[in-house]
Amino acid sequence: MLYQAWIIPILPLLGAAANAFLGARLGKRFVSLVACGTVGLASLGSAWVFADLTRLPAGERLVMLPMYQWIGTGDFQVNFALQIDPLSAVMLLVVSGVSFLIHVYSTGYMAEDRGYARYFTYLNLFVFSMLLLVTANNFLVLYVGWELVGLCSYLLIGFWYERKAAADAGKKAFIVNRVGDLGFALGVMLIFVTFGSLDYQDVFAGAPQMLAVGSVTATTITLLLFVGATGKSAQIPLYVWLPDAMEGPTPVSALIHAATMVTAGVYMVARTHALFELAPFSLSVVATIGAVTAFYAATIALVQTDIKRMLAYSTISQLGYMFLAVGVGAYAAGIFHLTTHAFFKALLFLGAGSVMHTLGGETNMLKMGGLRLKLPVTYWTFVVGALAISGFPGLSCFFSKDAILWQAFASPRGGMVLWAIGLATAALTAFYALRAVFLTFHGESRLTVEAEGHIHEPPSNMALPLALLAALAALGGYLGVPGILGGSDAFGSFLAPVFRGEAWMALETQAPANELGLMGLSVLAAFLGMGLAWYFYLARPEAPGVLARRFGGLYALLVNKYYVDEIYGGLVVQPLVALAHFLGERFEVTVIDGVVNGVGRTVAASGAWLRRLQTGFVRNYALSIFLGAVIVLGYFLFR
Amino acid sequence: MVPVSYYLILSGILFTIGTVGILVRRNALIIFMSIEVMLNAVNLTFLAAGRYLNSLDGQVIVFLVLTVAAAEVAVGLALIVAIFRSRGTTDVDEVNLLKW
Amino acid sequence: MELILFLSVGAVAILGAVGVVALRNAVHSALSLITNMVALAVLFLMLNAQFVAIVQIIVYAGAVMVLFLFVIMLLGEKAQEGRERLPGQRVFAAVLGVLLLTEIIYVAQSNLLPGLPGKATTEMVAQGGNVQLVGRLLLSDYVFPFELTSVLLLVAIVGAVVLAKRKL
Repeated sequence: MLYQAWIIPILPLLGAAANAFLGARLGKRFVSLVACGTVGLASLGSAWVFADLTRLPAGERLVMLPMYQWIGTGDFQVNFALQIDPLSAVMLLVVSGVSFLIHVYSTGYMAEDRGYARYFTYLNLFVFSMLLLVTANNFLVLYVGWELVGLCSYLLIGFWYERKAAADAGKKAFIVNRVGDLGFALGVMLIFVTFGSLDYQDVFAGAPQMLAVGSVTATTITLLLFVGATGKSAQIPLYVWLPDAMEGPTPVSALIHAATMVTAGVYMVARTHALFELAPFSLSVVATIGAVTAFYAATIALVQTDIKRMLAYSTISQLGYMFLAVGVGAYAAGIFHLTTHAFFKALLFLGAGSVMHTLGGETNMLKMGGLRLKLPVTYWTFVVGALAISGFPGLSCFFSKDAILWQAFASPRGGMVLWAIGLATAALTAFYALRAVFLTFHGESRLTVEAEGHIHEPPSNMALPLALLAALAALGGYLGVPGILGGSDAFGSFLAPVFRGEAWMALETQAPANELGLMGLSVLAAFLGMGLAWYFYLARPEAPGVLARRFGGLYALLVNKYYVDEIYGGLVVQPLVALAHFLGERFEVTVIDGVVNGVGRTVAASGAWLRRLQTGFVRNYALSIFLGAVIVLGYFLFR
Repeated sequence: MVPVSYYLILSGILFTIGTVGILVRRNALIIFMSIEVMLNAVNLTFLAAGRYLNSLDGQVIVFLVLTVAAAEVAVGLALIVAIFRSRGTTDVDEVNLLKW
Repeated sequence: MELILFLSVGAVAILGAVGVVALRNAVHSALSLITNMVALAVLFLMLNAQFVAIVQIIVYAGAVMVLFLFVIMLLGEKAQEGRERLPGQRVFAAVLGVLLLTEIIYVAQSNLLPGLPGKATTEMVAQGGNVQLVGRLLLSDYVFPFELTSVLLLVAIVGAVVLAKRKL
């Protein structure tokens, strides 16, 4: 199966094509079957590939799949090639597996939607793009997947394009991503200029010889790549599109947040770690941005009342963790967190989706409450997800977050400050996660009477993915139990052949003297956050209002998300809109239309004048021919 | 033997007369005959050149020109007859509807 | 002797041509065209082109001109010219004619006939026979254009029939 791994990305593409061309005609059963079937097969294939890969010796786990020569002009040779190594195998599993569950869930969630076939076409295309991205063997294929992912996110966020908010959110996602993609494209070009090749093997093997550690070129390349990552993975300053992405259907949010899109940036940084290792400055930028984003987004998430918006900021915050990890050289820990995050964030989104589904699209947590007894399946799975994200000991995020925090503390690239920010964020995370649980499922019901009557548990095709994801979110962490807890960190050692960075080696040899202590601190932080949430939202429900009044300014700042959207609007959007208006209403009307119409008028006028030559008298034409013959002959004779 | 240039000059004179005829006359039949004059002038050139260069190719070409001329006369006269039928004239200046 | 013959026959040819252009009556034009053709046939004979000369008389002066006369008779007196509507046409025609003649005479005078002399000398043609040699050439080197002319003639026949028919 290893050498047939190209089938995995192809399958969802075929599904997308089938649904695009036949879906509207053949009905929902066919669409569901094709969409879920292809992605399901892809995830089975991924599992097969993964199993095959583990049977190879650790040092030989790299399979190249050259498909065909894609571009060949002079020095610019690019093959369309895929590769399977531990990193892409893990990504394949996560992406296809989580996507499959989301597909199944969507058949229930979107059952009544008019654009059923269109929805699944986009969804399959999305999965294809991401699978292509993670299996790429060179930067150009990676870039293609990168752009396709952006396109699909645009299509899906703006899926309900009749609603202006959705159309705007789609546009915002696309445009903000374009800004990042520009940086990424420049980085890829600079790579080609520097190395003369776009193949991973050539670039990564050649990098240590061709670039000195800390050289300007290496720093520039990696910073440009990281600009792309901030766009795709929603980091400061390009994170603004992600909260708005909730305008799409909720399973799409789950897909974007968990599996297919935002993880691309983390994956890319991990994949190009050979370059980042040569640019310590870039790595510290990555770590700093990651830590700051994690903390910053978590503070915003504290006060959001919209459940999806809160989850969106939570995603940004968790992505910040991942970048913190890769920034300090803990690539495996970053990918580990990516994996567990895919599980529990998909779970949380799908749980939120099932609440919304039953409440007719209500997303405001202040209008929910008391759903615990009416939606037991949703409640318990959501609780598992919330506890997982809080870092409750034994659940998945506990292990991955802890690995990150410890390495942020212990790695030569990390330090106390990064660790402290991460720890604070962990407390905040626990707080907002439990707050969501308490507001939504506990306390008094704040529902309208009408909504109360509609409440029903999700159908089995929605409940089953929830249960499976809950299991994964609970147990996924046991893939990578650290040595200090008696585990062997199977996840990290599986990825180890890919990441041979110095930081990694340093950590492996370092004695984990203080790891247990740090772990205890982070558990403490998590329980602190959970306790505060309990105090504020269950024990003393009036306390949040008091606090909000006491710190009115800070509260307003957080509720309005630090006014970043407004600042961007004023600094970037409005000047551009004004320019566009000028170009559209002044420049086009006068200059462009003037030129176009002027050309037309000139042609018409000269035609009106020249047509008098066509007199209708044949002898006039004969005279012209004769004149021409005499002139031509004269020219040749007397020149 | 007559110098070849004499033949060429004679041919040129005939050719010019033919072209002037085409430009000056308005009767389609006479214009047609002027074309025949021009064709003949060219034929004379071919033959004179062939004689001068000791080649029979000129004669073959003239033979081909004769066939083309015969075909052209057949079609051309049919055209003239058709035009005469619809417009009642053979004056080319009367047939001037195709214009701006 | 030959020059005298050339000059007199050439004068007849020029007179015939002028007659074609200058005479009012189309029948007269046609008759002077026949004169012109016969004179040219004589010149062809002088140029050792016996076959072409005979064809000229039979096909051109005979068949083609009969066709011309036939059409002229068919259209009758109505085939007349109206008034001149293009002022200056004659002047232009005259100027251009003079220019063209000047150029042609210039070329003829410069005595530049490119190409190497071939093998078909007078003696050889006399030995092989003009018709035989031309025929051989037509069916060997020029067989493709020769066959094409048959197609051309066929097309011309069809075209003439289509055009002449009142109603298809």
